[in-house]
Amino acid sequence: MNEYTIHSAKMVPLDRSNIDTDQIIPKQFLKSIKKSGFGPNLFDSWRYIDAGFPGQDNSGRELNSEFVLNHKKYKGSEVLISRENFGCGSSREHAVWALQDYGIKCVIAESFADIFYNNCFKNGLLAITLPKDSMAELFRFAEEGEAIHVDLVNQVILDLNETEMVKFEIDSYRKTCVLEGLDEIGLSLKYSKTIKNYENAKKKQTPWIFK
Amino acid sequence: MPRTLYDKLWELHEVIKREDGTHLLYIDRHLIHEVTSPQAFEGLRVAGRRLWRVSANKATPDHNVPTTNRELGLEGITDDVSKLQVTTLDENCKEHGIEQFDISDERQGIVHVVGPEQGITLPGMTVVCGDSHTSTHGALGALAMGIGTSEVEHVLATQCLVAIKQKNMKVEISGSLPEGVYSKDLTLSVIGKIGTAGATGYAIEYSGEAIRSMSIEARMTVCNMAIEAGARAGMIAFDQVTLEYVKGKPFAPSGREWEEALVQWKELRSDDRAHFDKTVDLDGSKLKPQVSWGTSPEMVMDIDSTIPEPRSNSESDALDYMDLKTGMRAQDIRLDQVFIGSCTNSRLEDLKVAASIVKGNKVNKDLKRAIVVPGSGLVSRAAINEGLDEIFKEAGFEWRAPGCSMCLGMNPDQLDEGDHCASTSNRNFEGRQGYKGRTHLVSPATAAAAAIAGHFVDVRQVLKS
Ligand code: SF4
Repeated sequence: MNEYTIHSAKMVPLDRSNIDTDQIIPKQFLKSIKKSGFGPNLFDSWRYIDAGFPGQDNSGRELNSEFVLNHKKYKGSEVLISRENFGCGSSREHAVWALQDYGIKCVIAESFADIFYNNCFKNGLLAITLPKDSMAELFRFAEEGEAIHVDLVNQVILDLNETEMVKFEIDSYRKTCVLEGLDEIGLSLKYSKTIKNYENAKKKQTPWIFK
Repeated sequence: MPRTLYDKLWELHEVIKREDGTHLLYIDRHLIHEVTSPQAFEGLRVAGRRLWRVSANKATPDHNVPTTNRELGLEGITDDVSKLQVTTLDENCKEHGIEQFDISDERQGIVHVVGPEQGITLPGMTVVCGDSHTSTHGALGALAMGIGTSEVEHVLATQCLVAIKQKNMKVEISGSLPEGVYSKDLTLSVIGKIGTAGATGYAIEYSGEAIRSMSIEARMTVCNMAIEAGARAGMIAFDQVTLEYVKGKPFAPSGREWEEALVQWKELRSDDRAHFDKTVDLDGSKLKPQVSWGTSPEMVMDIDSTIPEPRSNSESDALDYMDLKTGMRAQDIRLDQVFIGSCTNSRLEDLKVAASIVKGNKVNKDLKRAIVVPGSGLVSRAAINEGLDEIFKEAGFEWRAPGCSMCLGMNPDQLDEGDHCASTSNRNFEGRQGYKGRTHLVSPATAAAAAIAGHFVDVRQVLKS
């Protein structure tokens, strides 16, 4: 294990498929022009009894005791686990900002919607896909209140005795994004000349695009 | 090697393949709205970066704009937080010199209606926007994808997207759609069949007789909901119908450039024997009007059937949320509101179909509200020229100003708690149209017929009588 490992992380289990980004962060909070401050409104309509609105003091709102995020045993969880097609729907990156602002460092699910998956890595939020049976084991683990280590360098999830539970796949580009926190734009701008050349050729070929 | 339409569009825009396996894909057109762009502009500012190519970007506010009191312009926005988002877009466009159709411009509207309408999006282009329904523009034979805010910033600064190529999926619809069955029913049927993750990791090409015989507006409805099937991009080959649609649009090429463009655009189709990683076939002539009963767009049923037995926890949760029971007939679902609008179904053709059903009838007295929200100022004007607004108003519909409106209710147009709404939009997620609101996705024709009846009816019967 190394400095990129998420150590002794508690897991909060969201046992539902197709969790959409409208649930992760409801529309009224998208009016913010900032990237921060979304944490208190993560899963707002499931988490609270009332309808939330932006700019509100959330500390006095009544919590929905049935929603897992509010269960005492899952307080302080850094890993969120779920089922299929997590993060489907709207492209709102606010969903990722909200998860991170709340304190989630890693989401593990059977599968992810494409845009959400991309958005995670652009912000250094680790998203891991695991097969159904491994997810079942993690769910069991979470419900028993057990924690895990997530070792990104070696692409493995370990229990607290450091015994390997399961290995995971991740492409090298996305892995580097999380490990090194890449400045993607800076990296792409290193190809400025290539982009310019491409563009100049295109100007001759399809001039109507440049209007 | 024979190539698919997606392969061709991809190759035309590939700037470089990098060592790490990612590609830089050149972006011809970037559409901007007020919700997903402020943080991207802020990011540029902090890093001291400039726009790569200003003219590639076109903007319009849509999500937050009110659909009433529009003559007041910005002053018509009563919510200060919404107003700040709209004025932030104004300022960012001004600072960078980006062309914008602002709240007072007649050309303002939902970004996915405005793009094709203006010829801002064209065949053969790569089009991106910080909005998942960017797939709509694929109907023109373009590669169009929704992106997140970090990617918006990346496109602003580099005119490229860091991308990994997806797999090819063909959705082939044979036959022709029966009377009373529309492109919305088709696209919902496809999602019902393959599921909301059925096309994750794929780019979809829709083809077959049913697609070929559709107008561009109807094709846009199909591609709009590719994202609801999990695909980032949906597209349709260029043909004569596309040509006629694009011709003469304000930003479309003309004269010699038009001739040159046509030569290139005619290649925008999959070669015979091109390889698809997955193919889905549907017989269009067997399709029926669709109604969604749950909280995911895959939870749909035929209008003449009953709500199915839940097959998962998600489905039973959905039934609870919707307050519906297995075995109930679609036609027994009583409605509180009807919404005709959104980037799925707010174009002239949609409003015409709905108006033809509404004409001479009255909105059911049990309904709280029925609204029509045209997709853009120009759609609105065209509809008014044809007298459609009068037909709707006489029936008891409210005729509103253009924007996203009750598709997601970031403006004041929202459902009340517990309301059932027949909606021509694309998402029936919990609370999407208003806190604890209940959305049923349908075609404009079904929405119109439902507004008159106060509950769902089989629009095929309505058209017969
Ligand atoms: S109409 Fe609805 S789906 Fe379309 S862009 Fe607006 S909010 Fe999104």
